[in-house]
Amino acid sequence: MESVVVSQSPSTAQPGPSQAGVLPDSPLVVIEPSGSWLSLGLRDIWAYRELLYFLIWRDVKVRYKQTALGVIWVILQPLLTTLIFTVFLGKLARVPSDGFPYAVFAYCGLLPWTFFAAAITSSNNSLVGSSHLITKIYFPRMIIPAAAVGARVVDFAIGFLNLIGLMVYYRVALTKSILVLPIVILLVTLLALGIGLWSAALNVKYRDVGVLLPVLIQLWMFASPVVYPSSIVPAKYQWLYKFNPLTGILDGFRASLLGQQVDWPALGISAGLTVGLLVYSAYAFRRMEKSFADVV
Amino acid sequence: MKPIVKVEQLSKQYRIGTRQSSHPTLRDMIARTVRAPIKGLREKRRRENIWALKDVSFEIMPGEVVGIIGRNGAGKSTLLKVLSRITEPTSGSIKLYGRIASLLEVGTGFHPELTGRENTYLNGAILGMKRTEIERKFDEIVAFAEIEEFLDTPVKRYSSGMYMRLAFAVAAHLEPEILLIDEVLAVGDAAFQNKCLGKMGEVAKHGRTVVFVSHQMGAVAQLCRKAMLLNHGVIAKEGDTQSVIDFYLNEVTGGSDNGFAGLDSDKEMYVTKAQALDAEGNVKTHFTHNEPIIIAITCKINRWFPNSSLGFFVKDHRGRKIFTVNNPEWSRLGQNNKEVRVTAKIPLALLVPGKYVFTFAINLPNVGLIDWVEDVLPITIVDSGSEFFRYEGGDYGCVFANCEWGS
Repeated sequence: MESVVVSQSPSTAQPGPSQAGVLPDSPLVVIEPSGSWLSLGLRDIWAYRELLYFLIWRDVKVRYKQTALGVIWVILQPLLTTLIFTVFLGKLARVPSDGFPYAVFAYCGLLPWTFFAAAITSSNNSLVGSSHLITKIYFPRMIIPAAAVGARVVDFAIGFLNLIGLMVYYRVALTKSILVLPIVILLVTLLALGIGLWSAALNVKYRDVGVLLPVLIQLWMFASPVVYPSSIVPAKYQWLYKFNPLTGILDGFRASLLGQQVDWPALGISAGLTVGLLVYSAYAFRRMEKSFADVV
Repeated sequence: MKPIVKVEQLSKQYRIGTRQSSHPTLRDMIARTVRAPIKGLREKRRRENIWALKDVSFEIMPGEVVGIIGRNGAGKSTLLKVLSRITEPTSGSIKLYGRIASLLEVGTGFHPELTGRENTYLNGAILGMKRTEIERKFDEIVAFAEIEEFLDTPVKRYSSGMYMRLAFAVAAHLEPEILLIDEVLAVGDAAFQNKCLGKMGEVAKHGRTVVFVSHQMGAVAQLCRKAMLLNHGVIAKEGDTQSVIDFYLNEVTGGSDNGFAGLDSDKEMYVTKAQALDAEGNVKTHFTHNEPIIIAITCKINRWFPNSSLGFFVKDHRGRKIFTVNNPEWSRLGQNNKEVRVTAKIPLALLVPGKYVFTFAINLPNVGLIDWVEDVLPITIVDSGSEFFRYEGGDYGCVFANCEWGS
């Protein structure tokens, strides 16, 4: 399979007859039908890392170019959702919030959740939406869904500024649990990537995935500690609850910010499931990508 | 010398069948499984495999500019797609001894909302350029595209000419060792096309290898010294460009001394025979420029549509369309299950000396094609002392205008 990478590095792209003079002994690229065993093509992806950056940049730029409020939406959207849940769940239904103001509690769940849901949704649609690229030019296909997730990371970072504001307002003090935060953010991104890769590839062939996904996302939200604490799940179901990879991640996110005890076993399960899923998805993606150009 | 591109036994199979046209859905899959497996088996048999490429082998030397020609469906685009790694071959291999870039389209990935400047960077990255490389060439690209004042305007506000110019400008500044191009030259106005051709010639002069796929013989003849003719997925002829083009016009286009003969078909109407005749009714392939040429067309009508029309057009060896005619009598000639023969006399001393091919079509105006026979019936018009005989081989146009000069 394509073991070596095509790249246009400026150092070797000097025009002139010199470059035609000496050819390498072994081919730079061998194009063959791929066998049953596949490599992930990580070197290829590395060679195209700038394209990943440009596609993320494009997605972010285009998304805010035609909206009147532009980037303010990123801040407003989770705030409005938080407001709704604070009124209906926090005030009216009196859902417990581990002793924190419900608004802070809910925002700590909604921020990573909104990111996660948006990332898998746009990742899912990314390949089908890029059919004009897929049928016209080669580059590692994984870059497309990865860029879709990456663009949402930018939103997430902006939404994070809100959170800082809220925490200052409600005077929530930071503890050393905050050190867990980067791990949790990495995990939620990788989980979104894992699911996004797989569903994007499936969606190329079966458009049903795109229809089904919003329903599943809705379900998943209520099966995860987004707007309620995981402590309200009955003790006998707790073990099952932790097999939702988002449980450990969302609890970990909240714990690191609000200074709660980090549930390491739950986070460990999440990490294991996330990595497993990502590896599986990446291989599944490679297997399915062969027919993208013919099917999409 | 060692080849820079080495293609061995390359084949690509496509599945064509009723199911491929639409997207398979889970519902279909479930429905099929439920509806007994026997049905599934039967369906499988109905599907057909076609070889878009079959055992294609060739080598390209560094610095060569090779044209790939063939008619629609001959496998040109498939070859290009496999070479550029867009789709995988079914068997065989390609070895590339240089960095490759492909241009199947200019402006791939242009986003209408982004400005010219932004799209230049984005498109460059998609084509495989590094950011530093784009930065270095940025001014040159903008100057080439002649869009300086509109750099910060979203490209959706560009005229189509500006859009294509920018798109081509980015592409033209790619510096791979092997460049694959698919008819992207057919963009923009004549002046810009010339500029593009010049740029491509420059590219070739710098020792870069170019593979150019086109059905425009003219562009191929102008750009490429070597050419390859694909027909039904195999290489029918390889060699210097002019001989390949001649071969294409004579052999592949169905030419024999008896003209074109179609296969039986279940189409409602189709062309079964087409011949070029001289004044005495003899079938010929070579005519002098001042001799009458009669095109005789025989059509089989299985089901008659009164509002159908029969016509043909003529192309010269540069692929230029010279004229199109429709038979005005057609509507009163046909009836169900009948064979109709019509003739068309090409005006005397109209076509200048050269090689020509014909494309016949039966269509329903504003509805669609019923039959289409492309690039058949090659004829050669020999100069037997026209006013231009001393320019033989030169391009002095397509027709003798025979203007009446006054003074």
